[in-house]
Amino acid sequence: MVIRARWGQTAHKGEARGAMKLTGAQALIKSLEREGVEVVFGLPGGAILPVYDPIIDSSIRHILVRHEQGAGHAAEGYAQVTGRPGVAIVTSGPGATNIVTALADAYMDSVPIVVITGQVATSSIGTDAFQEVDTTGITASVTKHNWLVTDANDIARVVAEAFHVATTGRPGPVLIDFPKDVANATIDYVEPTVLDLPGYHPAGEPTPDEVTAAYALLRDARRPVLYVGGGVLKANAAHELARLVELTGIPVVTTLMARGAFPDSHELHLGMPGMHGNFAAVTALQHSDLLVSLGARFDDRVTGRVEDFATGARVIHVDIDRAELGKVRRADVPIAADCRLAISAMNAHLERAPLAPGPERIGEWLSRCKDWKTRFPYTYDGAGDRAPGGIGRIKPQFVVEELRRLTPRDTILVSGVGQHQMWAAQHWGFEEPRSWVNSGGLGTMGFAVPAALGAKVGHPEKMVWAVDGDGCFQMTAQELVTATAEQIPIKVAILNNAYLGMVRQWQHMFYEQRYSEVYLSADLPDYVLWAEAMGCVGIRVTDPKDVAAAIERANGINDRPVVIDFRTDAMEQVFPMVPSGASNDEILVHPSQADQPR
Amino acid sequence: MTPTALNRAVQTRHHLVSARVENKAGVLLRVAGLFSRRGYNIISLAVAPTDDERFSRISIVVAVESNLLQQVIDQLDKLVNVVEISELDPGEANTAELLLVTVNAGIDTDAGLRGLAEATGAVVVEKTETQTMLRLVAEPALLDDFEQRLRSYQISELQRTGAVALPKLGGTS
Repeated sequence: MVIRARWGQTAHKGEARGAMKLTGAQALIKSLEREGVEVVFGLPGGAILPVYDPIIDSSIRHILVRHEQGAGHAAEGYAQVTGRPGVAIVTSGPGATNIVTALADAYMDSVPIVVITGQVATSSIGTDAFQEVDTTGITASVTKHNWLVTDANDIARVVAEAFHVATTGRPGPVLIDFPKDVANATIDYVEPTVLDLPGYHPAGEPTPDEVTAAYALLRDARRPVLYVGGGVLKANAAHELARLVELTGIPVVTTLMARGAFPDSHELHLGMPGMHGNFAAVTALQHSDLLVSLGARFDDRVTGRVEDFATGARVIHVDIDRAELGKVRRADVPIAADCRLAISAMNAHLERAPLAPGPERIGEWLSRCKDWKTRFPYTYDGAGDRAPGGIGRIKPQFVVEELRRLTPRDTILVSGVGQHQMWAAQHWGFEEPRSWVNSGGLGTMGFAVPAALGAKVGHPEKMVWAVDGDGCFQMTAQELVTATAEQIPIKVAILNNAYLGMVRQWQHMFYEQRYSEVYLSADLPDYVLWAEAMGCVGIRVTDPKDVAAAIERANGINDRPVVIDFRTDAMEQVFPMVPSGASNDEILVHPSQADQPR
Repeated sequence: MTPTALNRAVQTRHHLVSARVENKAGVLLRVAGLFSRRGYNIISLAVAPTDDERFSRISIVVAVESNLLQQVIDQLDKLVNVVEISELDPGEANTAELLLVTVNAGIDTDAGLRGLAEATGAVVVEKTETQTMLRLVAEPALLDDFEQRLRSYQISELQRTGAVALPKLGGTS
């Protein structure tokens, strides 16, 4: 019997070699080693105890988190910066439920993580045993796939399938639920040679017809935009994208999930589209006659009111996930394919049949885009002033700009969710793929600290900064204990405005400034004391003129984590903004730009 | 509009989705979950192994707009356990469903009931002097008609299996 096997070959069932006696738990760890896993993030408990014993003898580094959600986000951070799957191991019941948020986050942002959960013994499943939950049931809708292992002989195959599913096609989280008796059973370990996935067929290359159809639209478009999403990063297609821009001269926007896929400094980069994107990017999409969507999914935060989104545009939609094609916006040329392969194929066609040079073909459009970009840059009161704010308040955007100025080019930036996330995405200036880690789809507050930890484990040679909000920081700060204990020297810049700032902004704009339950206090907790208690260096900055010195001091500390409590202007709002449910044409710009003709 | 005609009108908005899935625990949960998260009520559902025991066929009847249904089908197709999935056009598929019903009437004494059974081809499964259990296998719309006509009797219990379907011979698939 021939079954589809890994890497697209076929293999014949029955091939097996290297049988040896192992427990199920040993087989699991051996299988992880076989997948090349170097590090796992986890926290033990009753049902997963058997798995923790062979970890002592394994080459795999285990990082002991302080909360299972942290293990999940750390695995995500690791995966996002390395491109390799992140792995987390937790126990049953609350261990499993605590990691559900990270699974949902990874599912929304297509991050490959493999989560292994302990489970009560098979004989106890369904009896409401201690720390029992229906883990595969609970996580079915937030994983790409999950497995309940009921026979220890299946472990090696299931692990191989899990890594295959997590990392191929549209990447995503998978979960293996592992009952205690299965972990304790003794088996003849056999290396898996066959994957049993008859219903799993990830897309690969585009067809020649699709490429030809896309080419025709590229050739004829007069107001085209490359709408670049996270799929370009997932497919490692930044190089191919750069070539596509060279060949076509078409301006680029990169979504929140794609920051770094194309250099912000490139003259054809219009910036980030979306609710808090910059004016040029949002407006160019609105006025375009061709959207070339590459690994993007027409998210509501990008489209604004869908019926009013880029109404004059035809659409080439490349996505490895067929279900994304036509989900939100009908595509004229839908292409279910890997972004790297699809862009390469388009590039090859463009090299055979070059388009007229950009300025000749779409010169008027490029001028309009450039004009928008020049007249509506991101800005804030006091922007450009090295010590802004005569009133003595630190502008959060200024902190982000100073961080960028004072850190190495290849620094990895991680953020939580809210105003600080948007300022980070807007003001950092991304130049390299996989240098930006954030929670885009799910919007998980508390993502930054554990994700930064995971990113630093993935790239210990790079500087890792988390820009966090004070609300976010309080959700998962305990992972700084992990960072200290495991000597993972991440740096955290809290933009402490004493508020749940984005909620406050919405209440300011849409609820008549009735601020309901958004005030947090800048002093409670005392972030410096808290940081010190967790073994970090804690620094407080209250004056704009001290921002740079504090960052430089933090940059020089490499033996422990650093937390800087930046006391920022609480009244600052994120601009531009497309109000929720409004058309992108209704974009609100910074008050200083409000009189500019559009 | 007669009740039967009304039933038929509703029926036209019903779609039959047929999926070949791996015969494994949890598959039904995953499939049903993609309907329930959208608040779509599954009208009927039939699941059984195929001739190859590794696979089952799931037949789902659901009332939903066509473009939304396509989205659900695309997402169902993404499920690792779903091997094949398609919507079966009623014009290009043979559909059947089984109905079992117990009515509070003796078929030997009630000529009307006897006539109805003969006219529809319903089989007498069991009978007493006061009750009759009938079985009818037919297209779902015919079962709807049958059910309507039985309403003049007192129905004690009624159970339908949900529609199953296969493409017509010589079809495109």
